[in-house]
Amino acid sequence: MSTTTQNAPVEQAGPHEEETNYLNHETSIWSWLTTKDHKRIGVLYCISLATVFLVAGVLALLMRAELSAPDETLMANDTYNQVFTMHGILMVFLFLVPSIPAILGNFVLPLQIGAKDVAFPRLNLASWYVYLAGAVLTVTALLTGGVDTGWTFYTPYSSSTGGGVLWMTSAIFVAGFANIFTGLNFIVTIHKMRAPGMTWNRLPLFVWGMYATSIVQVLATPVIGITMVLLILEQTLQIGIFDPALGGDPVLFQHFFWFYSHPAVYIMILPAFGILSELIATFSRSRIFGYRAIALSSVAIAMLGFLVWGHHMFVSGQSAISSIVFSLITYLIGIPSGIKVFNWVATLYKGSIWLQTPMLYALGFLFMFTIGGFTGIMVGVLSVDVHLHDTYYVVGHFHYVMMGGSVVALLGGMHYWWPKITGRMYNETLAKIAAGLVFVGFNLTFFPQLVLGSRGMPRRYANYAERFTGLHELSTVGSQILGLGLFLILGYALWSLAYGEKAPANPWGAATLEWTNTTAVPIHHNFERTPLVTRGPYDFHLADEVFGGGDGEALRDDVPQIPEPAPSAPSEKETAESTRA
Amino acid sequence: MGDFWLPEAASKMASEIDSLFTFVNVVSAVLLVGVVAAMLWFMYRYRRQDPAERPTPVKESQLLEISWIVIPTILVLLVFNWGFKSFVAQKTIPENAYEIQVQARSWGWSFEYPNGVTTDTLYVPADEPVKTTMSSQDVIHSFYVPAFRVKQDVLPNRYTSVWFEATKEGTYDLFCTEYCGRNHSEMDADVKVVSRARFDDWLESAGTPDDIPLPELGEKLYTQQGCQGCHSLDGSDMVGPTWKGLYGKTNHQMADGSTVTADANYLRESILQSGAKVVEGYQNVMPSYSNLSEREVSGLIEFMKEKSDKELPEE
Repeated sequence: MSTTTQNAPVEQAGPHEEETNYLNHETSIWSWLTTKDHKRIGVLYCISLATVFLVAGVLALLMRAELSAPDETLMANDTYNQVFTMHGILMVFLFLVPSIPAILGNFVLPLQIGAKDVAFPRLNLASWYVYLAGAVLTVTALLTGGVDTGWTFYTPYSSSTGGGVLWMTSAIFVAGFANIFTGLNFIVTIHKMRAPGMTWNRLPLFVWGMYATSIVQVLATPVIGITMVLLILEQTLQIGIFDPALGGDPVLFQHFFWFYSHPAVYIMILPAFGILSELIATFSRSRIFGYRAIALSSVAIAMLGFLVWGHHMFVSGQSAISSIVFSLITYLIGIPSGIKVFNWVATLYKGSIWLQTPMLYALGFLFMFTIGGFTGIMVGVLSVDVHLHDTYYVVGHFHYVMMGGSVVALLGGMHYWWPKITGRMYNETLAKIAAGLVFVGFNLTFFPQLVLGSRGMPRRYANYAERFTGLHELSTVGSQILGLGLFLILGYALWSLAYGEKAPANPWGAATLEWTNTTAVPIHHNFERTPLVTRGPYDFHLADEVFGGGDGEALRDDVPQIPEPAPSAPSEKETAESTRA
Repeated sequence: MGDFWLPEAASKMASEIDSLFTFVNVVSAVLLVGVVAAMLWFMYRYRRQDPAERPTPVKESQLLEISWIVIPTILVLLVFNWGFKSFVAQKTIPENAYEIQVQARSWGWSFEYPNGVTTDTLYVPADEPVKTTMSSQDVIHSFYVPAFRVKQDVLPNRYTSVWFEATKEGTYDLFCTEYCGRNHSEMDADVKVVSRARFDDWLESAGTPDDIPLPELGEKLYTQQGCQGCHSLDGSDMVGPTWKGLYGKTNHQMADGSTVTADANYLRESILQSGAKVVEGYQNVMPSYSNLSEREVSGLIEFMKEKSDKELPEE
């Protein structure tokens, strides 16, 4: 990952500013590579992950191009199999799992709780280097013959196919530690480093989301590590664990794999829930409806998420009773997700809704995640899943959750915090066009896949029966529109780094600490003075400092100001929580 | 709505699954429209008109919170219960079911009937329960007939089963739905549903008589056992070496550097213990066909001899 070359535009902003901030207080490349500043580590992660997303996204476009006709068009079966495998591995293990925590969690979380940094800054930097080591191993796997097992590595196929499988499993083993480091760091940071007055009931919901995610990261990631080690041991020492030829059981591998990989779905979506709460609150300028329900439902999802892995295995040969129990628990986990959607919609009620780009992504999320949730209910139905399992319906379902949910929330979050991270604004008109392209392109790509799947089109097929052609063509066109939207974002983001308008301290009129108590670009130690928190994160009616000039656009011309935090009331406890208007 | 979303239904179980699918789909669509309509209405009704707007906080309603916990819970339990019942029906194999043995291998299927007839097309009688007992010769595959709404993974180390009762005569697709490598997407077969009378006639005549000449037996086995999936007869390069001109080839280069003469003993070993010698440039992916009878192995070798113009001195 070329992390150094792309730093240049960020640093250019430095010399022209009079004030020093985290970007310009040191500018050498060495200072970036050895930084222990959570904000800079967030930026390093952002560049690395954007690179991975670009590569994996181009692979997706190639896959869709191949699938534009039933027979071979661009690549032979072997190539196609490697391409979809790499798309899955890169997107899941090297992009989605780390994405929101590593980029926005690192940058925003300490700011939001009023801390100077995370609890273990060195560990935080180590996390990034470990991640890079994982990326290097991934490249090694590609150079040693590639991998064509699918991102699931099901045995015994993965033990018979050779190539770079062992390198790839090592890569996943190593990269897992980067996530564990980040998760551990966040748990300790949230427990020990909150500013005075930042009670658990005043934590921004993004922080709650990161907290729930971190628990899953720390508890679940070791399992995939162990599984990968077992796979490596089996192949190098010929110990029979999963391979029936050696006396092992291939279904055991599936249990181990999904014991991690289902919770990993929540690692990917819980942070997105957190971002969504921030966006909806800020751009409707109202308190999140059912704050407690949203915060606690994240924790409930994190816990229940460990108990549903078997719903990936209804037709694997596991016992019918296991399948029934897993299906029941799967439904229970649907409820907290539903609660969140209803609460977000209710938050809009009697708000003051400002349709800026981040809000467009948030509203798009509500639509797409709801489809993702309902199709999840569908594949959780035991007898219907027998028909839908391993078809494009499942592919459509998880893309609605992972891309329509996580990635769209990440895009919304990146636009929202972009001014704080870079000190620059982006072009609002282009951003709205791009958001529209992403929305249309996404739905055109994946809705036809739901129909394809329920009509019986199996997944991971390089070639397919004639009758599926029309819907596949539609999906391919959709992927190109989606790609166009994403490249447009890349374009105006790079343009913004170099030529974007200078951002004010609080362009959106948000009420959380990273906007109200910092300069336009935060200083190295985040805050001039440790903030004193006297209200909830979304108490706009109490947040006078936000309304300096009316709203964001009016504020934009103002000199960045650091509002004086109001002193805490004597009975500090629950003032903000009680519903005094 | 079912017609748009679902493929042709040709089994007794299909209508039950389809009703459930349609029910979940319709309820989801109604709720989705509700959520989106509320969202769009609020977006319009409460759009920001003045940058200095400071809306008064809305008091949270416990009733509302409870209702959107309880109502979805009832709905999903309803759906769970329905799915559970039909799942039990799917898993309960009728005792009088007609049994067919299914063998899966990379990348093909073979079906063996009680009288020993083996085919690469699945023939089933209409209007009576059929049970498949399945196993794999190599990696995991999955048996999927969309028109019957049945799917079951096929494992190398244990038997799995599905049952179905076909209701409509016709030809349907059988797909492999567990990713199994290069030709995963080509690992399909036809399912032919015929009346019981025609099924019996077919079964009678489909058998391979014991007295057909060996090369003809080999030719039949070439398709029945799925050899054609990997070995061409016209010299073209597939997953495995072509059979054209294979028999009698001297200096046949192996991956370990040695060379062999492709005589009958070499071919026999390659069929029965496929991994013993691996040809240079190919992967060791062929399953062992140790289930073949002595006569069948000889038949295949005689068939290969016909596909080669080379001669070897008789051993």
